[in-house]
Amino acid sequence: MKEFQRYLLDRIAAANSHTLAVYRQQGGYKAIEKVLKTPLKPEDVITVMKDSGLRGRGGAGFPTGMKWSFMPDVAKDPRPRYLAVNADESEPGTCKDRVLMERDPHGLVEGCLIACYAMRAKAAYIYVRGEYRLSYDRLQAAIDEARAAGLVGKNILGTDFSCDIWMHKGAGAYICGEETGLMESLEGKRGHPRPKPPFPAGSGLWKSPTTVNNVETIFNAPFIVERGAEWFKSMGVPKSTGNFLCGISGHVNKPGVYELPFGLTARQILDEVAGGIWKGRKLKAFFPGGSSTGLMPASAIDVVMDHDSVKAAGSMFGTAAMIFLDETASIPQVMDVTLRFYDHESCGQCSQCREGTQWLHQMFHRIARGKGKREDIDLLVSLANGMAPGKTICALADAAAIPTLAAVKHFRAEFEQCVELGRDPLAPTHAPAPELQGAH
Amino acid sequence: MALSPKLVREFDELVTHYPEKRAGLIPALHRCQEENGGWLSPETIEDLSAYFGLEPVEVFGVASFYPMFRLAPRGKHLVSVCHNISCTLRGAEELLAHVCKVTGASVGGTSADGKFTVVRVECQGACANAPMFDLDGVYHEDLDDKKAEHILRSVK
Repeated sequence: MKEFQRYLLDRIAAANSHTLAVYRQQGGYKAIEKVLKTPLKPEDVITVMKDSGLRGRGGAGFPTGMKWSFMPDVAKDPRPRYLAVNADESEPGTCKDRVLMERDPHGLVEGCLIACYAMRAKAAYIYVRGEYRLSYDRLQAAIDEARAAGLVGKNILGTDFSCDIWMHKGAGAYICGEETGLMESLEGKRGHPRPKPPFPAGSGLWKSPTTVNNVETIFNAPFIVERGAEWFKSMGVPKSTGNFLCGISGHVNKPGVYELPFGLTARQILDEVAGGIWKGRKLKAFFPGGSSTGLMPASAIDVVMDHDSVKAAGSMFGTAAMIFLDETASIPQVMDVTLRFYDHESCGQCSQCREGTQWLHQMFHRIARGKGKREDIDLLVSLANGMAPGKTICALADAAAIPTLAAVKHFRAEFEQCVELGRDPLAPTHAPAPELQGAH
Repeated sequence: MALSPKLVREFDELVTHYPEKRAGLIPALHRCQEENGGWLSPETIEDLSAYFGLEPVEVFGVASFYPMFRLAPRGKHLVSVCHNISCTLRGAEELLAHVCKVTGASVGGTSADGKFTVVRVECQGACANAPMFDLDGVYHEDLDDKKAEHILRSVK
């Protein structure tokens, strides 16, 4: 693997990297100073974000500068506008934003300031999943420090730019990582996603223009503003620029959260970053970007890790949460656990999702226990095709259907074998997943 | 029962963060749960509904939607063992069985001495440090049976 430039995790090696003093020693708050003192116009900031090619790091990979430009013209729309930072990191396998929030919270605070300035937002709300207590505490402390130093609140750095940043705690529901579910939850309701349109930029939080961005996305903004779009584009591949945080978990020797450039192959990441498959075993399959992205067989290990290449190979880059499975892993068991999650997390609004996730889970569960029927395998496919794409209010149904279809496509023989033998030959020796409990 | 003056002061400040008062509801439910032994009683739900000007059923509807809110009493300490995919691949089921053995609690239940409640939870975002559990709001990662037992036995 060639040497590459790093920036995302540069600062966290320092002791007390989460404090204002250390952040400033490492050049922190220079980007917002540049914006306000030059001064750059809000449109100029959006232009540099567009030119950088930054794509959202929350899973969908949508161009960030373009998203910011969807906010309505301030001259024609007097409503207050908001930034919501999606820190509800909950997609199985994803554990990257936590590193930034716990160890470099001021980087996110500075990113919020830049984003709010560019979109003329009155305030940013950082919606952190309730379980991330340390992330919450570190961010709250960073906001308090920044406020005391005149970096958050009224007349920031003595200019007429004012911006508040508020922390907001979620309470354990995956669906609140969906942007409209997040907004409902932030308004104090159940996290039921809203039909789109209207899109958040037109009518979001409290019916005002709102942009929802992932933590790592916002964290990139100060670097881009300070160092320029050309610098950012010098990293990665033409359509996926910059570096990304890759959370690696499962059957590898060195699981961890790593900063990587786009354009490496999954094989390079597995062998040269994650230290290869553990216990001297062979790779069987991997999720490239979280458990909602289609499982890929070992034969796909040379896929290039960027948004478009993974998509062309039939899966998704997602949140770059790579989960590796060794040759002893049972695909039916893996899918039982995976669908248990989407069954548990469906909000219940759409019947395709509410019932579909439950039925898929029940079928994977019985196949994994040797109680499956031969027709179950085709039924999995037909059910998944009835759930997605685009048949429900949000994409949770897709998140359950996509890995289902991929697992059956690549590992049909394994499911058939479980049905025929009446047991799963690869079932773990420990107690299997528990009996199914009641419905939603 | 009524909300303590301390919580009322906190909530009066909390709701200033938002253009609509109701937005403070979920953070307020967290604070009530923390202050009331780790669960939300029907009385607490009523107190909060009075504070926010909502029907109790509306507050109950929110509280019951979110897995972190508990609507029944629990043991003194809450052990939440992640059983999602990355943790399962590295021994979450074995860890859970060991946690139950050490604490004397069954999954979803409370030990006879009332000290521990053990629950399964979905992905906690600690995938690169699997398996893990959350003990009273603090993550313990890269666990094996020995390490888990040491942590649980150190709890007062």
